[in-house]
Amino acid sequence: MTETQQPAPAILVVDDEFVVRDSLSKWFREDGYRVGTAEDGNQALKLMSSGPWDIILLDIKMPGISGLDLQKRLVEIDKDAVIIMITAFASVESAVQALKEGAFDYVTKPVDPDHLSHLVQNALRQKRLNDENLRLRHHISTLTVSDELVGDSPPVKKVTELAKTVAMTDTTVMIRGESGTGKELIARTIHVHSTRRFFPIIAVNCGAVPESLLESELFGHERGAFTGAQHRRKGKFEMADGGTIFLDEVGTIGSKMQVQLLRVLESKQFTRVGGNETIRSDFRVICATNRDLEQAVKEGIFREDLYYRLNVFTIFVPPLRERRSDIPVLANYFVKKYAAAMNKPVTEIAPGTLDLLVRYPWPGNVRELENVIERAMVLAKPPSIVQTDLPFQLADSKSHPSKDTLSALECHHIETILHRTGWNIARSADILDIDRATLYNKIAKYGLKKP
Amino acid sequence: MSSILIVPIGKISNSHLHLLKAPLEATFGLTVTLNAERALDPVFAFEPSRNQYYSTQLIKHLLRLYPSFPGKILGVTAYDLYIPVLTYVFGEAQLNGAVAVVSSYRLDNTYYGLPLDAALLEERLIKETVHELGHTFGLLHCHDYECVMHSSTAVEDIDVKGERICGVCSTLLAKNKQG
Repeated sequence: MTETQQPAPAILVVDDEFVVRDSLSKWFREDGYRVGTAEDGNQALKLMSSGPWDIILLDIKMPGISGLDLQKRLVEIDKDAVIIMITAFASVESAVQALKEGAFDYVTKPVDPDHLSHLVQNALRQKRLNDENLRLRHHISTLTVSDELVGDSPPVKKVTELAKTVAMTDTTVMIRGESGTGKELIARTIHVHSTRRFFPIIAVNCGAVPESLLESELFGHERGAFTGAQHRRKGKFEMADGGTIFLDEVGTIGSKMQVQLLRVLESKQFTRVGGNETIRSDFRVICATNRDLEQAVKEGIFREDLYYRLNVFTIFVPPLRERRSDIPVLANYFVKKYAAAMNKPVTEIAPGTLDLLVRYPWPGNVRELENVIERAMVLAKPPSIVQTDLPFQLADSKSHPSKDTLSALECHHIETILHRTGWNIARSADILDIDRATLYNKIAKYGLKKP
Repeated sequence: MSSILIVPIGKISNSHLHLLKAPLEATFGLTVTLNAERALDPVFAFEPSRNQYYSTQLIKHLLRLYPSFPGKILGVTAYDLYIPVLTYVFGEAQLNGAVAVVSSYRLDNTYYGLPLDAALLEERLIKETVHELGHTFGLLHCHDYECVMHSSTAVEDIDVKGERICGVCSTLLAKNKQG
């Protein structure tokens, strides 16, 4: 039998009357429980160290610490213990008070044995479910730790830190950054570090849904609301109840939807398309955009009030070219990811090829890098990715700026001086009248290489 | 040689006492003696405010009456039994001890306003007697709902379970009898 393999449930009986302690402990022992007894609050508090007790039967009227005070103190020690109050008829009011304080139930002396037996069984079932729930939640927490921004450059660290800090609040977050920088990843990071993590995060790409459908997508619709609405459908705001809604490309929303969105964000109430019922939903808003919203506000394309409603806490995700030191880390991360997915023993990127990756300006940011690596992984012959595995324009690219710009002149000049000094950094820096760190930065920026 | 001594408490029909002999002998493998002439007067255990008899006091009294009895003592009564914290008990036993008491009061259908069912009453009394004596042999409540050691706090529970102890409890009983 499985029951016998589990440790016997433990019951603590706290009552000042000997007969009650004696008879209840005998009664529960016959049921196979481990039983402890305490005649007053102090003894009960001492016995907590020999717990944990699954169920505590607590007399309300005792000399010394009263049952109600003791209840609070016991819960402080073990918040998971199920407490059942025992009371005489006279103190039903205090039993009600105990229930308000979180007691599982109360019984009046003398108690019907059938009732007590069922009550204890129900309490134990509740306790097991609670324990199981806690275990599963913990398990989910460990499973849902999502991919975070990869990289250890200062900008990435700062972004991750900001995301985790704001996660614990319910503040609306706006994530700004170029396309492909990982704005959704930041949104997910915020969600899994928030107290809402056991509820869903619903992502809506506002730019990908036609304006005419966005309303029903966000708010849902009733059956027959429009042609083709054959069934009632829940909207994203309704689905995000308890969790987070992630509005990607929020800058693309049309003016009519902007008004509706503003109303929902302020009231957390809405009606489905074609419906009358007011629906309440408890959601946290995270939005993202790569548009210049301030400019859009100036031009009157984006409502100012909605802008201020959304722009409470802003996280800027830096483009990849501003955190080049992360490129090798990211590239290797994607190599590992696709090696596992493709079951291909490619383990590294050849050094020269990696340089090429670092120098490339990555207009498509991390998304582009990931795609380049995925493509390279398809072509690569184990164990490494070489230059020819990269897309043609990337392999060809010189990161030198186009000829007529000031940068081009600077790049050319630095290259000339380095050549003249035989790549002696200290001397070159002297000649250029800049410090060495700046020179290193410029070498990296222009992707200059010692011949 | 240990045995089981049945002691009547108050007025109780002789047939009820006699019907217990065979099943107890079969279950526990011990001789069962009936002390029908020396019924115990339970007045000392009576609680007028509840109109019930305090079973723990009956057990203590039986222990005093038979201090060195080499076996188990079973008190059987037709009176209603209680322990202070509970509204009633069908019986009470000393876990791993010498004495058990059983009441037929709430096993009788007439208590619940139903017509008398003598056969059912006898069946319930046998089950409860075996159950309480089982506790004196160290048996706890069993999860097998057909086992007589399954916990029963209402007559319906008693009717569901059988008169016998299950395999697991039998093994434990044999072990406890030796030890």
